[in-house]
Amino acid sequence: MNRTEPVIEIKDLTVSYGAIQALQGISFKVCKGEIVALIGANGAGKSTTLRTISGLLKPRSGEIIFENKPITNLPGHEIARLGIAHVPEGRRPFANLTVYENLRMGAYLINDSRTIQETMNRIFRSFPRLKERFSQPAGTLSGGELQMLAIARALMAKPRLLMLDEPSMGLSPILVNEIFNIIKEINEQGTSILLVEQNAHKALSICHYAYVLETGRVVMEGTGKELYENPRIKEAYLGG
Amino acid sequence: MAYFFQQLINGLQLGFVYALIALGYTMVYGIVRLINFAHGDIFMVGAYLGFYALTLYHLPFPLAILFAMAGCTLLGITIERFAYRPLRNAPRISALITAIGVSLFLEYFSSLKFVFGPNYLAYPRPFSVCIYQIGTVCISNIQILVVGVSVVLLLILQFIVQKTKTGMAMRAVSYDKNTAKLMGIDVDYIISVTFGIGSALAGAGGVLYGIAYPQIHPFMGIMPGLKAFVAAVLGGIGSIPGAMLGAIIMGIVETMCSAYISSTMRDAFAFAILIIVLLVKPTGILGKREIEKV
Ligand SMILES: Nc1ncnc2c1ncn2[C@@H]1O[C@H](COP(=O)(O)OP(=O)(O)OP(=O)(O)O)[C@@H](O)[C@H]1O
Ligand SMILES: [Mg+2]
Repeated sequence: MNRTEPVIEIKDLTVSYGAIQALQGISFKVCKGEIVALIGANGAGKSTTLRTISGLLKPRSGEIIFENKPITNLPGHEIARLGIAHVPEGRRPFANLTVYENLRMGAYLINDSRTIQETMNRIFRSFPRLKERFSQPAGTLSGGELQMLAIARALMAKPRLLMLDEPSMGLSPILVNEIFNIIKEINEQGTSILLVEQNAHKALSICHYAYVLETGRVVMEGTGKELYENPRIKEAYLGG
Repeated sequence: MAYFFQQLINGLQLGFVYALIALGYTMVYGIVRLINFAHGDIFMVGAYLGFYALTLYHLPFPLAILFAMAGCTLLGITIERFAYRPLRNAPRISALITAIGVSLFLEYFSSLKFVFGPNYLAYPRPFSVCIYQIGTVCISNIQILVVGVSVVLLLILQFIVQKTKTGMAMRAVSYDKNTAKLMGIDVDYIISVTFGIGSALAGAGGVLYGIAYPQIHPFMGIMPGLKAFVAAVLGGIGSIPGAMLGAIIMGIVETMCSAYISSTMRDAFAFAILIIVLLVKPTGILGKREIEKV
Protein backbone atom coordinates (compact mmCIF):
# COMPACT_ATOMS: atom_id res chain seq x y z
CA MET A 1 0.00 0.00 0.00
CA ASN A 2 1.40 3.40 -0.85
CA ARG A 3 0.18 5.60 1.89
CA THR A 4 -0.57 8.78 -0.02
CA GLU A 5 -4.04 9.94 1.00
CA PRO A 6 -3.88 10.89 4.67
CA VAL A 7 -7.12 11.36 6.59
CA ILE A 8 -5.22 12.67 9.55
CA GLU A 9 -1.63 13.70 9.85
CA ILE A 10 0.22 14.47 13.09
CA LYS A 11 3.40 16.51 12.77
CA ASP A 12 6.01 16.93 15.51
CA LEU A 13 3.46 16.94 18.29
CA THR A 14 4.67 17.71 21.80
CA VAL A 15 2.39 17.67 24.82
CA SER A 16 3.19 18.16 28.49
CA TYR A 17 1.39 17.83 31.78
CA GLY A 18 3.08 20.58 33.74
CA ALA A 19 6.73 19.59 33.87
CA ILE A 20 6.16 16.08 32.51
CA GLN A 21 6.64 15.98 28.78
CA ALA A 22 4.38 13.12 27.70
CA LEU A 23 4.86 13.49 23.92
CA GLN A 24 8.24 14.59 22.67
CA GLY A 25 7.54 15.37 19.05
CA ILE A 26 5.68 12.52 17.39
CA SER A 27 4.64 12.30 13.75
CA PHE A 28 2.37 9.78 12.10
CA LYS A 29 -0.60 9.54 9.81
CA VAL A 30 -3.69 7.50 9.11
CA CYS A 31 -4.60 7.15 5.45
CA LYS A 32 -7.98 6.69 3.87
CA GLY A 33 -9.46 3.26 4.58
CA GLU A 34 -6.66 2.18 6.89
CA ILE A 35 -6.55 0.66 10.33
CA VAL A 36 -3.47 2.16 11.95
CA ALA A 37 -2.30 0.78 15.26
CA LEU A 38 -0.43 2.72 17.90
CA ILE A 39 1.25 0.30 20.27
CA GLY A 40 3.49 0.89 23.25
CA ALA A 41 4.01 0.13 26.90
CA ASN A 42 2.16 1.74 29.81
CA GLY A 43 2.85 5.44 29.98
CA ALA A 44 4.25 5.64 26.44
CA GLY A 45 1.81 8.44 25.61
CA LYS A 46 -0.84 6.64 23.57
CA SER A 47 -3.87 8.02 25.38
CA THR A 48 -2.27 11.44 25.49
CA THR A 49 -2.00 11.33 21.71
CA LEU A 50 -5.67 10.54 21.25
CA ARG A 51 -6.77 13.11 23.81
CA THR A 52 -4.75 15.78 22.06
CA ILE A 53 -6.22 14.91 18.67
CA SER A 54 -9.70 15.17 20.23
CA GLY A 55 -8.96 18.61 21.63
CA LEU A 56 -9.15 17.60 25.29
CA LEU A 57 -5.47 18.54 25.67
CA LYS A 58 -3.66 21.44 24.08
CA PRO A 59 -0.33 20.62 22.46
CA ARG A 60 2.74 22.61 23.30
CA SER A 61 3.85 22.53 19.70
CA GLY A 62 3.24 20.66 16.49
CA GLU A 63 0.37 20.32 14.10
CA ILE A 64 -2.67 18.12 13.57
CA ILE A 65 -4.18 18.10 10.11
CA PHE A 66 -7.52 16.41 9.46
CA GLU A 67 -8.70 16.10 5.88
CA ASN A 68 -6.22 18.80 4.87
CA LYS A 69 -7.43 21.30 7.47
CA PRO A 70 -5.39 22.19 10.55
CA ILE A 71 -7.39 21.40 13.69
CA THR A 72 -4.59 21.84 16.18
CA ASN A 73 -6.19 24.33 18.55
CA LEU A 74 -9.89 23.76 18.00
CA PRO A 75 -12.03 23.07 21.08
CA GLY A 76 -13.10 19.45 21.60
CA HIS A 77 -16.73 19.77 20.55
CA GLU A 78 -15.76 21.33 17.22
CA ILE A 79 -13.32 18.54 16.45
CA ALA A 80 -16.10 16.02 16.97
CA ARG A 81 -18.21 18.02 14.53
CA LEU A 82 -15.59 17.55 11.81
CA GLY A 83 -16.03 13.78 11.86
CA ILE A 84 -13.61 12.40 14.45
CA ALA A 85 -14.99 10.06 17.10
CA HIS A 86 -13.01 8.87 20.09
CA VAL A 87 -13.76 5.82 22.22
CA PRO A 88 -11.92 6.80 25.38
CA GLU A 89 -9.81 4.61 27.60
CA GLY A 90 -11.97 2.96 30.24
CA ARG A 91 -15.11 3.31 28.04
CA ARG A 92 -16.48 6.20 30.06
CA PRO A 93 -20.18 5.59 29.65
CA PHE A 94 -22.63 8.13 30.99
CA ALA A 95 -23.60 5.76 33.78
CA ASN A 96 -26.57 7.90 34.82
CA LEU A 97 -28.08 7.73 31.32
CA THR A 98 -29.80 4.74 29.76
CA VAL A 99 -28.24 2.78 26.91
CA TYR A 100 -30.57 4.55 24.51
CA GLU A 101 -29.67 7.96 25.90
CA ASN A 102 -25.97 7.19 25.64
CA LEU A 103 -26.42 6.34 21.98
CA ARG A 104 -28.53 9.45 21.49
CA MET A 105 -25.68 11.53 22.94
CA GLY A 106 -23.34 9.86 20.48
CA ALA A 107 -25.52 11.31 17.75
CA TYR A 108 -25.66 14.72 19.43
CA LEU A 109 -24.50 16.50 16.28
CA ILE A 110 -26.93 14.75 13.95
CA ASN A 111 -30.19 16.62 13.62
CA ASP A 112 -32.15 14.33 11.36
CA SER A 113 -34.08 11.84 13.48
CA ARG A 114 -34.51 9.44 10.53
CA THR A 115 -30.74 9.19 10.14
CA ILE A 116 -30.36 8.63 13.86
CA GLN A 117 -32.94 5.84 13.83
CA GLU A 118 -31.33 4.15 10.84
CA THR A 119 -27.87 4.33 12.35
CA MET A 120 -29.19 2.94 15.60
CA ASN A 121 -30.89 0.04 13.86
CA ARG A 122 -27.71 -0.78 11.98
CA ILE A 123 -25.72 -0.65 15.21
CA PHE A 124 -28.17 -2.98 16.93
CA ARG A 125 -27.51 -5.53 14.20
CA SER A 126 -23.81 -5.53 15.15
CA PHE A 127 -24.51 -5.29 18.88
CA PRO A 128 -27.75 -7.18 19.54
CA ARG A 129 -27.01 -7.24 23.24
CA LEU A 130 -27.32 -3.46 23.43
CA LYS A 131 -30.78 -3.66 21.97
CA GLU A 132 -31.85 -5.95 24.82
CA ARG A 133 -30.47 -3.43 27.32
CA PHE A 134 -32.02 -0.46 25.53
CA SER A 135 -33.68 1.26 28.50
CA GLN A 136 -31.31 0.07 31.20
CA PRO A 137 -29.02 2.61 32.92
CA ALA A 138 -25.56 2.25 31.41
CA GLY A 139 -24.12 1.96 34.91
CA THR A 140 -25.61 -1.51 35.19
CA LEU A 141 -23.92 -3.03 32.13
CA SER A 142 -21.09 -5.56 32.27
CA GLY A 143 -17.57 -4.63 31.17
CA GLY A 144 -17.98 -6.21 27.75
CA GLU A 145 -21.34 -4.57 27.20
CA LEU A 146 -19.85 -1.24 28.22
CA GLN A 147 -17.11 -1.58 25.62
CA MET A 148 -19.74 -2.32 22.99
CA LEU A 149 -21.75 0.67 24.16
CA ALA A 150 -18.69 2.91 23.96
CA ILE A 151 -17.96 1.81 20.39
CA ALA A 152 -21.61 2.00 19.39
CA ARG A 153 -21.92 5.48 20.89
CA ALA A 154 -18.95 6.67 18.83
CA LEU A 155 -20.43 5.12 15.67
CA MET A 156 -23.68 7.00 16.16
CA ALA A 157 -21.86 10.14 15.03
CA LYS A 158 -21.04 8.47 11.67
CA PRO A 159 -17.38 9.45 11.97
CA ARG A 160 -14.88 9.33 9.15
CA LEU A 161 -12.07 8.69 11.63
CA LEU A 162 -12.68 6.43 14.59
CA MET A 163 -10.11 6.39 17.38
CA LEU A 164 -10.23 3.54 19.88
CA ASP A 165 -8.24 3.53 23.11
CA GLU A 166 -7.56 -0.04 24.27
CA PRO A 167 -10.85 -1.61 23.28
CA SER A 168 -9.67 -5.04 24.43
CA MET A 169 -8.86 -3.98 27.96
CA GLY A 170 -10.38 -6.26 30.58
CA LEU A 171 -12.29 -8.45 28.14
CA SER A 172 -12.31 -12.24 27.88
CA PRO A 173 -10.48 -13.71 24.83
CA ILE A 174 -13.76 -14.54 23.09
CA LEU A 175 -15.02 -11.03 23.54
CA VAL A 176 -11.69 -9.60 22.38
CA ASN A 177 -12.09 -11.54 19.13
CA GLU A 178 -15.64 -10.33 18.78
CA ILE A 179 -14.62 -6.69 19.31
CA PHE A 180 -11.77 -6.97 16.82
CA ASN A 181 -14.08 -8.49 14.23
CA ILE A 182 -16.42 -5.58 14.70
CA ILE A 183 -13.53 -3.13 14.29
CA LYS A 184 -12.59 -4.83 11.04
CA GLU A 185 -16.18 -4.66 9.86
CA ILE A 186 -16.44 -0.96 10.66
CA ASN A 187 -13.26 -0.39 8.70
CA GLU A 188 -14.50 -2.40 5.73
CA GLN A 189 -17.56 -0.17 5.62
CA GLY A 190 -15.25 2.77 4.96
CA THR A 191 -14.25 4.28 8.30
CA SER A 192 -10.57 4.94 8.86
CA ILE A 193 -9.39 3.74 12.25
CA LEU A 194 -6.68 4.73 14.70
CA LEU A 195 -6.33 1.89 17.19
CA VAL A 196 -4.42 2.17 20.46
CA GLU A 197 -3.66 -1.20 21.98
CA GLN A 198 -1.68 -3.00 24.65
CA ASN A 199 -2.63 -6.25 22.97
CA ALA A 200 0.05 -5.99 20.28
CA HIS A 201 -0.70 -9.46 18.89
CA LYS A 202 -4.22 -8.58 18.02
CA ALA A 203 -3.50 -5.04 16.95
CA LEU A 204 -0.70 -6.03 14.58
CA SER A 205 -2.79 -8.80 13.10
CA ILE A 206 -5.63 -6.56 11.98
CA CYS A 207 -3.89 -3.28 11.21
CA HIS A 208 -2.58 -2.13 7.86
CA TYR A 209 0.15 -0.04 9.39
CA ALA A 210 1.52 0.49 12.88
CA TYR A 211 3.63 2.84 14.92
CA VAL A 212 5.50 1.92 18.09
CA LEU A 213 5.55 4.54 20.80
CA GLU A 214 8.14 4.61 23.55
CA THR A 215 8.25 7.35 26.21
CA GLY A 216 6.64 9.91 23.98
CA ARG A 217 8.52 9.10 20.77
CA VAL A 218 7.77 7.03 17.69
CA VAL A 219 10.59 4.51 17.66
CA MET A 220 9.47 2.23 14.86
CA GLU A 221 6.87 1.97 12.15
CA GLY A 222 5.86 -0.42 9.44
CA THR A 223 3.07 -2.64 8.19
CA GLY A 224 1.50 -4.97 10.71
CA LYS A 225 3.32 -7.88 9.15
CA GLU A 226 6.72 -6.18 9.20
CA LEU A 227 6.46 -5.31 12.84
CA TYR A 228 5.07 -8.71 13.72
CA GLU A 229 8.20 -10.30 12.36
CA ASN A 230 10.61 -7.76 13.79
CA PRO A 231 12.73 -9.44 16.50
CA ARG A 232 12.82 -6.39 18.72
CA ILE A 233 9.05 -6.03 18.66
CA LYS A 234 8.72 -9.76 19.25
CA GLU A 235 10.77 -9.51 22.37
CA ALA A 236 9.33 -6.30 23.79
CA TYR A 237 5.66 -6.53 22.88
CA LEU A 238 4.78 -10.02 21.75
CA GLY A 239 6.35 -11.93 24.61
CA GLY A 240 9.40 -13.38 22.82
CA MET B 1 -57.57 18.03 62.61
CA ALA B 2 -58.92 20.79 60.40
CA TYR B 3 -56.17 23.02 61.74
CA PHE B 4 -53.61 20.41 60.78
CA PHE B 5 -54.86 20.16 57.21
CA GLN B 6 -54.99 23.90 56.99
CA GLN B 7 -51.34 24.06 57.96
CA LEU B 8 -50.53 21.29 55.53
CA ILE B 9 -51.94 23.39 52.68
CA ASN B 10 -49.99 26.43 53.84
CA GLY B 11 -46.88 24.28 54.08
CA LEU B 12 -47.35 22.97 50.56
CA GLN B 13 -47.62 26.50 49.22
CA LEU B 14 -44.35 27.45 50.88
CA GLY B 15 -42.76 24.14 49.88
CA PHE B 16 -43.49 24.65 46.21
CA VAL B 17 -41.92 28.11 46.26
CA TYR B 18 -38.86 26.59 47.94
CA ALA B 19 -38.84 23.88 45.28
CA LEU B 20 -38.59 26.46 42.51
CA ILE B 21 -35.51 27.91 44.20
CA ALA B 22 -33.98 24.64 45.34
CA LEU B 23 -33.95 23.28 41.78
CA GLY B 24 -31.57 25.99 40.67
CA TYR B 25 -29.17 25.17 43.49
CA THR B 26 -29.25 21.50 42.74
CA MET B 27 -28.96 21.78 38.95
CA VAL B 28 -26.06 24.19 39.13
CA TYR B 29 -24.34 22.07 41.74
CA GLY B 30 -24.94 18.97 39.64
CA ILE B 31 -23.22 20.46 36.63
CA VAL B 32 -20.38 22.61 38.00
CA ARG B 33 -20.17 21.49 41.65
CA LEU B 34 -20.72 25.06 42.81
CA ILE B 35 -23.09 26.28 45.52
CA ASN B 36 -24.39 29.38 43.80
CA PHE B 37 -24.96 31.58 46.81
CA ALA B 38 -26.28 34.34 44.58
CA HIS B 39 -29.24 32.17 43.68
CA GLY B 40 -31.50 33.57 46.42
CA ASP B 41 -30.81 37.04 45.07
CA ILE B 42 -31.82 36.01 41.57
CA PHE B 43 -35.10 34.99 43.21
CA MET B 44 -35.31 38.52 44.68
CA VAL B 45 -34.65 40.12 41.30
CA GLY B 46 -37.42 37.92 39.87
CA ALA B 47 -39.84 39.24 42.47
CA TYR B 48 -38.95 42.84 41.52
CA LEU B 49 -39.18 42.20 37.80
CA GLY B 50 -42.64 40.74 38.36
CA PHE B 51 -43.51 43.73 40.50
CA TYR B 52 -42.59 46.20 37.78
CA ALA B 53 -44.26 44.15 35.10
CA LEU B 54 -47.50 44.24 37.10
CA THR B 55 -47.41 47.82 38.35
CA LEU B 56 -45.46 49.77 35.77
CA TYR B 57 -46.31 47.95 32.56
CA HIS B 58 -49.66 46.58 33.74
CA LEU B 59 -48.92 43.25 32.16
CA PRO B 60 -51.35 40.43 32.82
CA PHE B 61 -50.08 37.94 35.38
CA PRO B 62 -48.92 35.17 32.98
CA LEU B 63 -46.86 37.69 31.02
CA ALA B 64 -45.47 39.20 34.22
CA ILE B 65 -44.19 35.84 35.33
CA LEU B 66 -42.68 35.16 31.90
CA PHE B 67 -41.05 38.59 31.99
CA ALA B 68 -39.48 37.83 35.37
CA MET B 69 -38.32 34.43 34.15
CA ALA B 70 -36.74 35.90 31.04
CA GLY B 71 -34.98 38.62 33.01
CA CYS B 72 -33.62 36.13 35.53
CA THR B 73 -32.48 33.78 32.78
CA LEU B 74 -30.42 36.59 31.36
CA LEU B 75 -29.09 37.53 34.78
CA GLY B 76 -28.14 33.93 35.63
CA ILE B 77 -26.36 33.41 32.32
CA THR B 78 -24.50 36.71 32.72
CA ILE B 79 -23.37 35.86 36.24
CA GLU B 80 -22.09 32.47 35.10
CA ARG B 81 -20.34 33.91 32.09
CA PHE B 82 -18.48 36.69 33.86
CA ALA B 83 -18.16 35.61 37.50
CA TYR B 84 -17.94 31.82 37.50
CA ARG B 85 -16.64 30.71 34.11
CA PRO B 86 -13.23 32.35 34.51
CA LEU B 87 -12.87 30.34 37.72
CA ARG B 88 -14.03 27.01 36.28
CA ASN B 89 -10.64 25.39 36.86
CA ALA B 90 -9.72 27.35 39.98
CA PRO B 91 -9.99 25.76 43.44
CA ARG B 92 -13.60 25.40 44.49
CA ILE B 93 -13.22 27.80 47.39
CA SER B 94 -12.46 30.67 44.96
CA ALA B 95 -15.73 30.15 43.13
CA LEU B 96 -17.59 29.88 46.42
CA ILE B 97 -16.20 33.18 47.67
CA THR B 98 -17.04 34.76 44.32
CA ALA B 99 -20.61 33.51 44.67
CA ILE B 100 -20.89 35.19 48.05
CA GLY B 101 -19.50 38.37 46.46
CA VAL B 102 -22.05 38.24 43.66
CA SER B 103 -24.78 37.74 46.23
CA LEU B 104 -23.75 40.79 48.24
CA PHE B 105 -23.40 42.80 45.07
CA LEU B 106 -26.94 41.98 43.95
CA GLU B 107 -28.36 42.79 47.39
CA TYR B 108 -26.64 46.15 47.82
CA PHE B 109 -26.83 47.20 44.20
CA SER B 110 -30.58 46.51 44.27
CA SER B 111 -30.88 48.63 47.40
CA LEU B 112 -29.64 51.72 45.57
CA LYS B 113 -32.25 54.41 45.03
CA PHE B 114 -32.01 54.33 41.26
CA VAL B 115 -32.31 50.52 41.14
CA PHE B 116 -35.03 48.91 43.28
CA GLY B 117 -34.54 51.09 46.35
CA PRO B 118 -34.03 50.02 49.96
CA ASN B 119 -37.69 50.08 51.04
CA TYR B 120 -40.28 47.42 51.53
CA LEU B 121 -42.82 47.41 48.73
CA ALA B 122 -46.33 46.03 48.82
CA TYR B 123 -46.78 43.44 46.08
CA PRO B 124 -49.77 43.87 43.82
CA ARG B 125 -52.13 40.94 43.48
CA PRO B 126 -53.25 40.23 39.95
CA PHE B 127 -56.76 39.45 41.22
CA SER B 128 -58.56 39.85 44.51
CA VAL B 129 -58.16 37.14 47.06
CA CYS B 130 -60.96 34.68 47.19
CA ILE B 131 -61.19 31.94 49.77
CA TYR B 132 -62.93 28.64 49.17
CA GLN B 133 -64.17 26.52 52.02
CA ILE B 134 -63.78 22.79 51.51
CA GLY B 135 -65.25 21.06 54.53
CA THR B 136 -63.49 22.72 57.42
CA VAL B 137 -60.39 23.67 55.44
CA CYS B 138 -59.89 26.97 53.64
CA ILE B 139 -57.93 27.34 50.47
CA SER B 140 -57.37 30.61 48.64
CA ASN B 141 -57.14 31.22 44.94
CA ILE B 142 -53.62 32.52 45.62
CA GLN B 143 -52.61 29.17 47.06
CA ILE B 144 -54.10 27.34 44.12
CA LEU B 145 -52.23 29.66 41.77
CA VAL B 146 -48.87 29.22 43.55
CA VAL B 147 -49.12 25.45 43.68
CA GLY B 148 -50.60 25.19 40.18
CA VAL B 149 -47.95 27.33 38.49
CA SER B 150 -45.17 25.54 40.40
CA VAL B 151 -46.43 22.12 39.41
CA VAL B 152 -46.66 23.13 35.76
CA LEU B 153 -43.11 24.51 35.82
CA LEU B 154 -41.77 21.42 37.58
CA LEU B 155 -43.42 19.19 34.96
CA ILE B 156 -41.93 21.27 32.15
CA LEU B 157 -38.51 21.03 33.79
CA GLN B 158 -38.87 17.29 34.20
CA PHE B 159 -39.77 17.00 30.53
CA ILE B 160 -36.78 19.09 29.43
CA VAL B 161 -34.31 17.18 31.58
CA GLN B 162 -35.61 13.70 30.84
CA LYS B 163 -36.82 13.86 27.26
CA THR B 164 -35.04 16.53 25.26
CA LYS B 165 -31.61 16.30 23.71
CA THR B 166 -30.45 19.33 25.68
CA GLY B 167 -31.70 17.77 28.90
CA MET B 168 -29.81 14.56 28.18
CA ALA B 169 -26.74 16.64 27.43
CA MET B 170 -27.16 18.41 30.78
CA ARG B 171 -27.13 15.05 32.53
CA ALA B 172 -24.20 13.82 30.43
CA VAL B 173 -22.16 16.96 31.14
CA SER B 174 -22.89 16.74 34.85
CA TYR B 175 -21.54 13.19 34.79
CA ASP B 176 -18.43 13.59 32.64
CA LYS B 177 -17.49 16.81 30.88
CA ASN B 178 -14.61 15.49 28.81
CA THR B 179 -16.54 12.57 27.41
CA ALA B 180 -19.42 14.93 26.67
CA LYS B 181 -17.02 17.02 24.57
CA LEU B 182 -16.10 13.93 22.59
CA MET B 183 -19.77 13.67 21.58
CA GLY B 184 -19.59 17.21 20.19
CA ILE B 185 -21.46 18.70 23.15
CA ASP B 186 -20.52 22.33 23.75
CA VAL B 187 -20.04 22.10 27.51
CA ASP B 188 -20.00 25.87 28.07
CA TYR B 189 -23.29 26.22 26.26
CA ILE B 190 -24.91 23.45 28.29
CA ILE B 191 -23.70 25.05 31.52
CA SER B 192 -25.20 28.38 30.40
CA VAL B 193 -28.50 26.67 29.66
CA THR B 194 -28.46 25.10 33.12
CA PHE B 195 -27.87 28.44 34.82
CA GLY B 196 -30.57 29.95 32.63
CA ILE B 197 -33.19 27.34 33.50
CA GLY B 198 -32.34 27.39 37.20
CA SER B 199 -32.57 31.17 37.28
CA ALA B 200 -35.85 31.21 35.36
CA LEU B 201 -37.38 28.93 37.98
CA ALA B 202 -36.07 31.15 40.77
CA GLY B 203 -37.55 34.17 38.98
CA ALA B 204 -40.94 32.51 38.80
CA GLY B 205 -40.54 31.59 42.46
CA GLY B 206 -39.89 35.25 43.27
CA VAL B 207 -43.12 36.39 41.63
CA LEU B 208 -45.17 33.67 43.31
CA TYR B 209 -43.57 34.46 46.66
CA GLY B 210 -44.42 38.13 46.21
CA ILE B 211 -48.02 37.27 45.49
CA ALA B 212 -48.31 34.83 48.38
CA TYR B 213 -46.47 36.86 51.04
CA PRO B 214 -47.08 40.29 49.56
CA GLN B 215 -44.08 42.31 50.58
CA ILE B 216 -40.69 42.56 48.90
CA HIS B 217 -37.33 44.16 49.63
CA PRO B 218 -33.75 43.75 48.34
CA PHE B 219 -32.74 41.31 51.08
CA MET B 220 -35.79 39.11 50.79
CA GLY B 221 -33.81 36.44 48.95
CA ILE B 222 -31.50 35.56 51.80
CA MET B 223 -33.80 33.47 53.99
CA PRO B 224 -35.77 31.65 51.28
CA GLY B 225 -32.46 31.13 49.48
CA LEU B 226 -30.86 29.53 52.51
CA LYS B 227 -33.93 27.43 53.22
CA ALA B 228 -34.08 26.25 49.64
CA PHE B 229 -30.40 25.40 49.87
CA VAL B 230 -31.11 23.34 52.98
CA ALA B 231 -33.96 21.71 51.06
CA ALA B 232 -31.60 20.81 48.23
CA VAL B 233 -29.12 19.30 50.68
CA LEU B 234 -31.92 17.46 52.47
CA GLY B 235 -33.13 15.93 49.21
CA GLY B 236 -29.59 15.17 48.06
CA ILE B 237 -27.79 17.97 46.30
CA GLY B 238 -27.48 17.32 42.59
CA SER B 239 -30.73 15.34 42.48
CA ILE B 240 -33.73 17.04 40.86
CA PRO B 241 -36.45 14.87 42.43
CA GLY B 242 -34.51 15.21 45.69
CA ALA B 243 -34.72 19.00 45.56
CA MET B 244 -38.48 18.88 45.00
CA LEU B 245 -38.99 16.42 47.84
CA GLY B 246 -36.64 18.27 50.20
CA ALA B 247 -38.39 21.56 49.49
CA ILE B 248 -41.87 20.20 50.16
CA ILE B 249 -40.63 18.69 53.42
CA MET B 250 -38.98 21.98 54.41
CA GLY B 251 -42.11 23.98 53.65
CA ILE B 252 -44.32 21.66 55.68
CA VAL B 253 -41.90 21.33 58.60
CA GLU B 254 -41.48 25.08 58.80
CA THR B 255 -45.20 25.77 58.69
CA MET B 256 -45.98 23.06 61.23
CA CYS B 257 -43.30 24.41 63.50
CA SER B 258 -44.80 27.89 63.38
CA ALA B 259 -48.25 26.49 63.98
CA TYR B 260 -47.57 24.05 66.78
CA ILE B 261 -44.35 25.18 68.44
CA SER B 262 -43.46 28.80 67.90
CA SER B 263 -43.07 30.95 64.85
CA THR B 264 -39.84 32.40 66.16
CA MET B 265 -38.40 28.90 66.27
CA ARG B 266 -39.09 28.01 62.67
CA ASP B 267 -35.80 29.25 61.23
CA ALA B 268 -33.86 27.49 63.97
CA PHE B 269 -35.78 24.36 63.05
CA ALA B 270 -35.02 24.73 59.37
CA PHE B 271 -31.30 24.96 59.96
CA ALA B 272 -31.34 22.22 62.55
CA ILE B 273 -32.49 20.04 59.66
CA LEU B 274 -29.35 20.96 57.75
CA ILE B 275 -27.13 20.00 60.67
CA ILE B 276 -28.96 16.73 61.23
CA VAL B 277 -28.79 15.80 57.55
CA LEU B 278 -25.10 16.56 57.41
CA LEU B 279 -24.50 14.42 60.48
CA VAL B 280 -26.77 11.49 59.68
CA LYS B 281 -26.94 11.24 55.90
CA PRO B 282 -24.72 13.80 54.18
CA THR B 283 -25.85 12.61 50.75
CA GLY B 284 -29.47 13.54 51.52
CA ILE B 285 -32.60 11.50 50.94
CA LEU B 286 -32.20 10.81 47.22
CA GLY B 287 -28.57 11.78 46.71
CA LYS B 288 -25.95 9.34 45.57
CA ARG B 289 -22.46 9.11 46.87
CA GLU B 290 -20.11 10.86 44.53
CA ILE B 291 -18.46 8.17 42.48
CA GLU B 292 -14.79 8.94 42.15
CA LYS B 293 -13.99 8.98 38.49
CA VAL B 294 -10.61 7.64 37.53
N1 LIG C 1 -3.34 14.03 33.89
C1 LIG C 1 -2.02 13.78 33.92
N2 LIG C 1 -1.20 14.50 34.70
C2 LIG C 1 0.14 14.27 34.72
N3 LIG C 1 0.73 13.32 34.00
C3 LIG C 1 -0.02 12.56 33.21
C4 LIG C 1 -1.43 12.74 33.12
N4 LIG C 1 -1.93 11.84 32.26
C5 LIG C 1 -0.86 11.13 31.81
N5 LIG C 1 0.29 11.56 32.38
C6 LIG C 1 1.63 11.03 32.13
O1 LIG C 1 1.88 11.09 30.75
C7 LIG C 1 2.53 9.93 30.30
C8 LIG C 1 1.75 9.30 29.17
O2 LIG C 1 0.48 8.88 29.66
P1 LIG C 1 -0.60 8.17 28.74
O3 LIG C 1 -1.85 8.04 29.55
O4 LIG C 1 -0.69 8.89 27.47
O5 LIG C 1 0.04 6.75 28.52
P2 LIG C 1 -0.53 5.49 27.75
O6 LIG C 1 0.44 5.17 26.68
O7 LIG C 1 -1.91 5.70 27.34
O8 LIG C 1 -0.44 4.37 28.88
P3 LIG C 1 -1.43 3.15 29.20
O9 LIG C 1 -1.13 2.08 28.26
O10 LIG C 1 -1.05 2.78 30.61
O11 LIG C 1 -2.82 3.67 29.11
C9 LIG C 1 2.68 9.04 31.51
O12 LIG C 1 3.99 9.18 31.99
C10 LIG C 1 1.70 9.58 32.50
O13 LIG C 1 2.16 9.41 33.81
MG1 LIG D 1 -3.67 4.90 27.89
